Amino acid sequence: MSEAGTQIGIARLRAAAVLGHGRGIDEATVRAALADVPDPELPTLSVVDLGIVHRVTIAPADGSIRVEILPTFVGCPALELIKAAIATRIAAFGRPVEVVATFEVPWTSERISPAGRAALEAAGIAPPGPTTQATLIDLEARVPCPHCGSRRTRLDNAFGPTQCRTIRYCTDCRQPFEAIKPV
Amino acid sequence: MTATAALPTTALAGLLLAMADDEFVIGFSDSEWTGIAPLLEEDVAMSSLAQDEIGHAAALYGLLAELTATDPDAIAYDREPGEYRHCRLLDHGRGDWAMTIARRYLYDTADSVRLDALVGGSWTPLAELVGKLVREERYHLMHAGTWLDRLARTDGEARDRLLAALADLGPDAATVFTPLPDEPALLDAGIIAADSAELERRWRAAIAPTFGRLDLPMPPAAREPERGRQDHGQEFRWLWGEFTMVRRSDPGAIW
Repeated sequence: MSEAGTQIGIARLRAAAVLGHGRGIDEATVRAALADVPDPELPTLSVVDLGIVHRVTIAPADGSIRVEILPTFVGCPALELIKAAIATRIAAFGRPVEVVATFEVPWTSERISPAGRAALEAAGIAPPGPTTQATLIDLEARVPCPHCGSRRTRLDNAFGPTQCRTIRYCTDCRQPFEAIKPV
Repeated sequence: MTATAALPTTALAGLLLAMADDEFVIGFSDSEWTGIAPLLEEDVAMSSLAQDEIGHAAALYGLLAELTATDPDAIAYDREPGEYRHCRLLDHGRGDWAMTIARRYLYDTADSVRLDALVGGSWTPLAELVGKLVREERYHLMHAGTWLDRLARTDGEARDRLLAALADLGPDAATVFTPLPDEPALLDAGIIAADSAELERRWRAAIAPTFGRLDLPMPPAAREPERGRQDHGQEFRWLWGEFTMVRRSDPGAIW
């Protein structure tokens, strides 16, 4: 079994032990469980910290659980993996589960939680700078370097190794680094 | 949104197909730079842009498939070249770097005007998707605008090649605004806020200051305004062969 599989297995046992099988489950319980699900491209972040969990609904009739998530990018190739990981985790509650993607509200990089921003920084990826409604991207935004903390950094490439990242360069410690794209 | 009964399904399907085919074709064209772009950073940028556009196409084909109860992959891959409804601007292949930048700039600026007219439209699935697309397209606009500026202001080969590309693409640039089938129905239903002629005016007004500043010739009127999304030529037939190759090699394969 893979490491992720083992962790999901452990999480399932823990959920069953703490919560009882199928009793007393509410939205907060489900959201707490989702904090165990890592983002596949940024595994130090949970899907909750990433801000993609939009709505959790528990049907009064049969107790089935529906989770609506917001894709970070329209063409995010990790989306199906994320949906599967969420479905697997929520299956620990022993109820029917449905995970769907929606654009009801756009995901923006402002949705990353303070804990998520700290986790990114610890992984050497700069948290996103501020977003703006303006048509132009703020090329002058001073994104701090995750290695040395300097604000003397510049955008090297608005595009990076994944759709949600840019490549920046720190002129003090002379290291390139990745930063989450403000969107 | 008004009652579903009033939804102009045929006209809406035409709009979704045109938008999806545009994004699909420019995405595949741009992916031709993966591995051979003039700079490593541009290799990354063009690959990421291509991934964005193909993702946008997949989302739009998905809406179309739900609307018409069909399969999105079948729409994307199982048509003959003549059945695609992307604009003729995108029939021009990758070409050199100047050609790619000129094509991207003309398309991104036009696409941006089209998306703005769809924000807040009455058909919720499209309006919601567009709300997300505009946030991503800003990066595409910035990328194309930066390079247009750089090529136009570098005298000699860079500017000469850009001028040659604009001369080649110019007569097809406005084909993004080829009138859609039954366009008035889309306006009546509040799905889009303006007709193609108005969108083309907005686009020309949007790019005129940049073209003026860089002393570049504005694109002329489209040469065959009514047929701007038909009669795709040899260059598209080649690209079609590339992007359908795997699908045709084993029809019906399950991934």
